[in-house]
Amino acid sequence: MRAGLTRALCLMAAPLAAILLMAGAASDPAEALHDPGQEARARALFREVRCLVCQNESIDDSEAELAGDLRRIVRQQVATGSTDTQVRGFLVERYGKFVLLKPPFDAGTAALWAAPFVVVLVGGLVIYRRSRKMGVDAAPLTPQEREKLRALDL
Amino acid sequence: MIAELGAFALVLAFALSAAQAGFSFAGRYWRNAALRGAGEGAALATLLTTATAFFALMVCFITSDFSVANVAANSHTDKPLLYKIAAVWGSHEGSMLLWNLALTGFGATVAIWGRDLPAGLKSLTIGVQGLLGLVFLGYTALVSNPFLRLAVAPVEGASLNPILQDPFLAIHPPFLYSGYVGFSVVFSFAIAALIEGRVDAAWARWVRPWALAAWSLLTVGITLGSFWAYYELGWGGWWFWDPVENASFMPWLVGAALLHSAIVTEKRGAMPGWTVFLGLLAFSFSMLGAFLVRSGILTSVHAFAVDPKRGSILLGILAVAAGSGFSLFAWRAPMLKAGGLFAPVSREGALVLNNLFLATAALIVMTGTLYPLGYQAATGQPLSVGAPWFNLTFAPLMAVVLFILPAGTMLSWKRADALGAVQRLWAAGLAAVAMGTGGLLLVQTKTAFAAIGLALGGWLIAGALAELAFRVRLGKAPLTESLRRLRHLPRASFGMTLAHIGVGVFVLGASVETHGRIEAARAVAVGESVQVGQFTLTLSDVASVEGPNYTAERGTVRVTSASGDTFLKPERRFYPANRQTVSQVAIQSHGPSDLYVVFGERREAQGKPSWLIRAYWNPWARLIFGGPLLMALGGAISLSDPRLRLAAGARARATAIAGAKA
Repeated sequence: MRAGLTRALCLMAAPLAAILLMAGAASDPAEALHDPGQEARARALFREVRCLVCQNESIDDSEAELAGDLRRIVRQQVATGSTDTQVRGFLVERYGKFVLLKPPFDAGTAALWAAPFVVVLVGGLVIYRRSRKMGVDAAPLTPQEREKLRALDL
Repeated sequence: MIAELGAFALVLAFALSAAQAGFSFAGRYWRNAALRGAGEGAALATLLTTATAFFALMVCFITSDFSVANVAANSHTDKPLLYKIAAVWGSHEGSMLLWNLALTGFGATVAIWGRDLPAGLKSLTIGVQGLLGLVFLGYTALVSNPFLRLAVAPVEGASLNPILQDPFLAIHPPFLYSGYVGFSVVFSFAIAALIEGRVDAAWARWVRPWALAAWSLLTVGITLGSFWAYYELGWGGWWFWDPVENASFMPWLVGAALLHSAIVTEKRGAMPGWTVFLGLLAFSFSMLGAFLVRSGILTSVHAFAVDPKRGSILLGILAVAAGSGFSLFAWRAPMLKAGGLFAPVSREGALVLNNLFLATAALIVMTGTLYPLGYQAATGQPLSVGAPWFNLTFAPLMAVVLFILPAGTMLSWKRADALGAVQRLWAAGLAAVAMGTGGLLLVQTKTAFAAIGLALGGWLIAGALAELAFRVRLGKAPLTESLRRLRHLPRASFGMTLAHIGVGVFVLGASVETHGRIEAARAVAVGESVQVGQFTLTLSDVASVEGPNYTAERGTVRVTSASGDTFLKPERRFYPANRQTVSQVAIQSHGPSDLYVVFGERREAQGKPSWLIRAYWNPWARLIFGGPLLMALGGAISLSDPRLRLAAGARARATAIAGAKA
């Protein structure tokens, strides 16, 4: 259902594609907040928020109308003193988790966040056990042998 | 008429690839040279017929034959010739034809250059390649035929998306597809080895040239695409962790792992099963990419030629090809004999770590790319896994593997002296620390991450040079002796040095660009200016210009800096055929850094017109693209190493034995 919706939105957006691609939108001075600290915070948040009608862009990049609306909402919230977490919570409540490019850690995304660590650990463990089994095939060189080897200068 | 010729050639290629597979397998089964030769001949004929089909389509595009549906949908008489040609691979049908051209081309290279391969292995490889050709040519001929005619030909075509009308993007797909499909040879070699039940040093050596070629081409292809995004999408982004980018990145990572594990198998006969597994995996990821890009299953900014129905057929092809490959692997791999024991601290050990991290990286990219699909299937809710997630998981992992890289190259085979390796790197360590602290002080980087990136980049470059110096005993032996050693170094080792320097260069560019970029935007009237970094940009003129298939508003921007005045001419183009507006960025390079200027839309302020100008100072941005090109060049130099030529295999073995006796 949602895939269908996205596709429909994409089709509608197709004639607008050019505008969507003229990106880097959030730097428009007409939109910026006066307080540079707040503006910087808003910009950092923009990079984590998806432009819902675009194919895969953050609202920091997109010039779509909806992205502009989302930027306005985020800036408003930042200006009225909401914390980053509150802003994200507000967006998720309104648009669902899909709106966040960085998925929040919860039961449904635990596997996603854990995956990299699990893979490295399991892979490392497998390699460690194999290397233990393999052992080294010969006794270490004696100092005399080492000296001889150095003299050979390979 | 040309279109019919093309369609005929396509169907003929399909039939010939069946013959290629049939004759080759029969030749292997009955150990019959005539049948084997017929298989090889069929491989060449498949290439010729596929090339005929490909060039027939190209002729249709060049002559703007709009009675061909594919041409009508993707071309336009106004388009410059280059983009008429590039439009051949700009659609679903045409891009699959390019895929087939690469596939049959690589199959033919095995037939032509594989003279010294054992007959059985060669036949099986060509046979498997024929089966792949059968599947993909069949797909193209039956459900994705680019030669279908329209009952009523339109007077004018629908043209190609203007943002794709770009010289870099025109040549990006041929490189990318050659890379993707180059791994098909490795896949076929892997299947052949599994059937033969033998994976040894010789096999690894035979596979390496194709793996190197495929990986280098893929590197160039990805870099071109990334560079295109950098200057065409209009805000200087170059990597978005977009599903389509990830689709090309997964085979790249696996290919990089494969190049390293194949060395271990070649030099020490160790890890044969793992090398074969990576060989199967690389092309499986290529096929996964072909499916992801065209199925529309994931929303992507680059999604192209999306067609869910045909996407599911591609998924079927992927399932059958990869599925049978891995099943065969599960069945036969336990029979492969591993040789070459080694201690954990050794060159082999370091390469195992390299493979652990590269394979994990590929798996991370796959997890992040496909997780939303699983999540939605399970919960019914959509989920985004975007750039922030990838940056958090991928970057630290890569930092670890890059940190151990220089030490790994210093270790000797079998059993190494870790302390000695570290001692040889003291100069590189100093360079890294100097780069890191120097970066903090001089480049005015904002965060500690930039300093870490600088240190890591310096460590990689200096480490690669230190390894070269160690090899030629620079400073330990007389200079003439070092020079003599340098002349006699195998090209493969220069290739390695260059590729590793390339990694360092990329890390430098990526860190400095990401953390040091300056951005400014302002709506200015003619005569007004905007300040970015040390530059003052003044809009001095706005003019209308007429292009071949667009009209444009062109701003003339005077760039004032300490070194004087220069002019930049960014444009905002309107393509009437597509009714699209596209920005033409103006970039001025200052050494490795770029001043990047975008000419935005016209606005009215207080009754007079003004234009939004966005300007970016992207320090060291060129290194982001230069680094990967160095990696690809390193791959190409390794490829030119005579030791890797097939005919040299026997000679090299003879020399090695002679050397061991002496």
